[in-house]
Amino acid sequence: MKTLIFALKKISGAIVTIFAIVIANFVIFRVSPGDPIRMMFRDPRVSAEALQRMRVKFGLDKSMWGQFVDYFKQLMHGNLGFSFWQKRPVLDVIGDRIVQTLILVVTALVIATILGIILGAISGWKSGSKTDRTILSVSLVLYSVPTFAMGILLLLVFGYVLLIFPLGGISSPASGFTGFLYAKDVLWHMVLPAFSIVLWYVGEYILLTRSSMVEVMDQDYIVTARAKGLRESVIMRKHALRNALLPVVTLSGVNFAFAIAGVIEAETVFSWPGIGRLTYDAVMKRDYPLLQGIFLIFAVSVVLANLLVDLIYSRIDPRIKTGAAHD
Amino acid sequence: MTNAEKTAEIVNRKKKREIRKQKTRDFLYLLMNHRMGKVGVVIIVLFLFIAFAAPLLRTVNPHQTGKVAHILIPPNGRFWFGTDDLGRDVWSQVIFGSRVSLLIGFISAFATVFTGALIGIFAGFYGGYIEELLMRIVDFFMMLPALPLMIVLAAVLGPSIWNIIFVVSLISWPTTARVVRSQVLSLKERPFVEASRCIGATNSFLMFREILPNVIPILFAEAVIMITEAIYAEAVLSFLGLGDPIRISWGSMLHFAFASGTMARAPWWVLPPILSIVILIIGFSFLGTAVSDILKPGYKETKGL
Repeated sequence: MKTLIFALKKISGAIVTIFAIVIANFVIFRVSPGDPIRMMFRDPRVSAEALQRMRVKFGLDKSMWGQFVDYFKQLMHGNLGFSFWQKRPVLDVIGDRIVQTLILVVTALVIATILGIILGAISGWKSGSKTDRTILSVSLVLYSVPTFAMGILLLLVFGYVLLIFPLGGISSPASGFTGFLYAKDVLWHMVLPAFSIVLWYVGEYILLTRSSMVEVMDQDYIVTARAKGLRESVIMRKHALRNALLPVVTLSGVNFAFAIAGVIEAETVFSWPGIGRLTYDAVMKRDYPLLQGIFLIFAVSVVLANLLVDLIYSRIDPRIKTGAAHD
Repeated sequence: MTNAEKTAEIVNRKKKREIRKQKTRDFLYLLMNHRMGKVGVVIIVLFLFIAFAAPLLRTVNPHQTGKVAHILIPPNGRFWFGTDDLGRDVWSQVIFGSRVSLLIGFISAFATVFTGALIGIFAGFYGGYIEELLMRIVDFFMMLPALPLMIVLAAVLGPSIWNIIFVVSLISWPTTARVVRSQVLSLKERPFVEASRCIGATNSFLMFREILPNVIPILFAEAVIMITEAIYAEAVLSFLGLGDPIRISWGSMLHFAFASGTMARAPWWVLPPILSIVILIIGFSFLGTAVSDILKPGYKETKGL
């Protein structure tokens, strides 16, 4: 019962947030300077009647509230607007890119999480040692390199100088690869963009796992485990790491939001045909409806990712539901 | 007020000022004895010097486009870091780029921390509906994906340095508000606040004269983090083509290098701005690490203070 109430509370919270995002998205694009109807004609000689007819046609004669109702109705029907640049519905334009982005994000985040947890655990286990200090300073430095800058560096070194990896795109053009060869080709193209994302997130995961591990090491149950004469590797894996990982789980939800930033930067540098590159193109082409649609998709997916993490987390750590872990 | 009371008041104030001075001295001492803190301070001071002395350090006007023969030439005696695709001097551009990064970093950090502290104090002090409402707003802002929101706002508002500052501050204040609120929650229950309330202090006096001075160290730590994030945000936005078109920044240099497609032929055009961004961010994040170390309870004692 408690689980159900907790879940319902979280879900209703997410729905309210999404509604607020929709309102924000509507408002942001209304406050932009300029008259869209005048922009359409770009001719000062157009009669006032013609302008008025166009306003009525696009529903811009209605009040702000009327316009919002229209926008909301269209949204409920899955209409995110019409892209100026691609001359097709925004939803179609975004839909074509989702899979590519998901492949890149999931791969990068999985690698970063695993690598970060391992290195962070080693670092926190022997905190203060030379290994710890090296890992710590390397991750602080990696964390200071913006993803796009890392991307450019990787591109210069491995793409242009060493000629090991392709410069961009998702597959070799006109290669005619199919099946396994195509998958291998895509993987090959993914190495650099994925690593420019990984190298940033790994720093964050290391820092978090490390500090969580250091905290856990002071707990009484670690002392007890040692007193029982358990092997160090068993204490580390079964007693310390398992408890140290709790905050790391929460982070993966928050990180999804940050991952979007990494994706926009990496996809832009490597021309990876996903939503991130689409964002850059939409900015360059000043395609506002497309930009509005992309923002809505990003924001809603972050809310959903957080909801998912909250629900999973309450299963892993029952204290969350009762609020005991909330101090 | 009698004369004796006045004297007591003056003495009291002097004492307070002395304590504050001593605390600042202790803090600087600890900072300069912290390995990362020292490195951070040196880097930041170096970049501040470059930014202030930019007109003296530049060799050519960074906006000055060159003759055809000056396009994309490698580093040499005249153009220390070579030139870009319009024949502009890369060294002078990097020098002037430091101004944009630091300006945006400091002003947005100030705006962020100011707003965040104000809202955090109000929420924590008053509690009840006010807290509920303010914290809902904070949660909402923290939920939004920062970079897409910044891109959208920067695109809609138009490219300018002030819009970037506005956008960055709008995104970052909730973190500070949340940190300050949780501090205020515990501070307002302390005896000294209670005592002040008993002798008839007003709410604003309690908030800004009693509680605020105690959150200043945390605000300083927050500000350092916010500077880092603002520098990062400016670099990314400018790289994506949303930078101020009339001011050269490291991000916009990379944008032009990337968009021109000549990056591979001219590494001297790309490496200086990248290294500058990275080193400056490292400087601030080292300082941030040092400050949060120093503020940890018990750290002072381990250093014999």
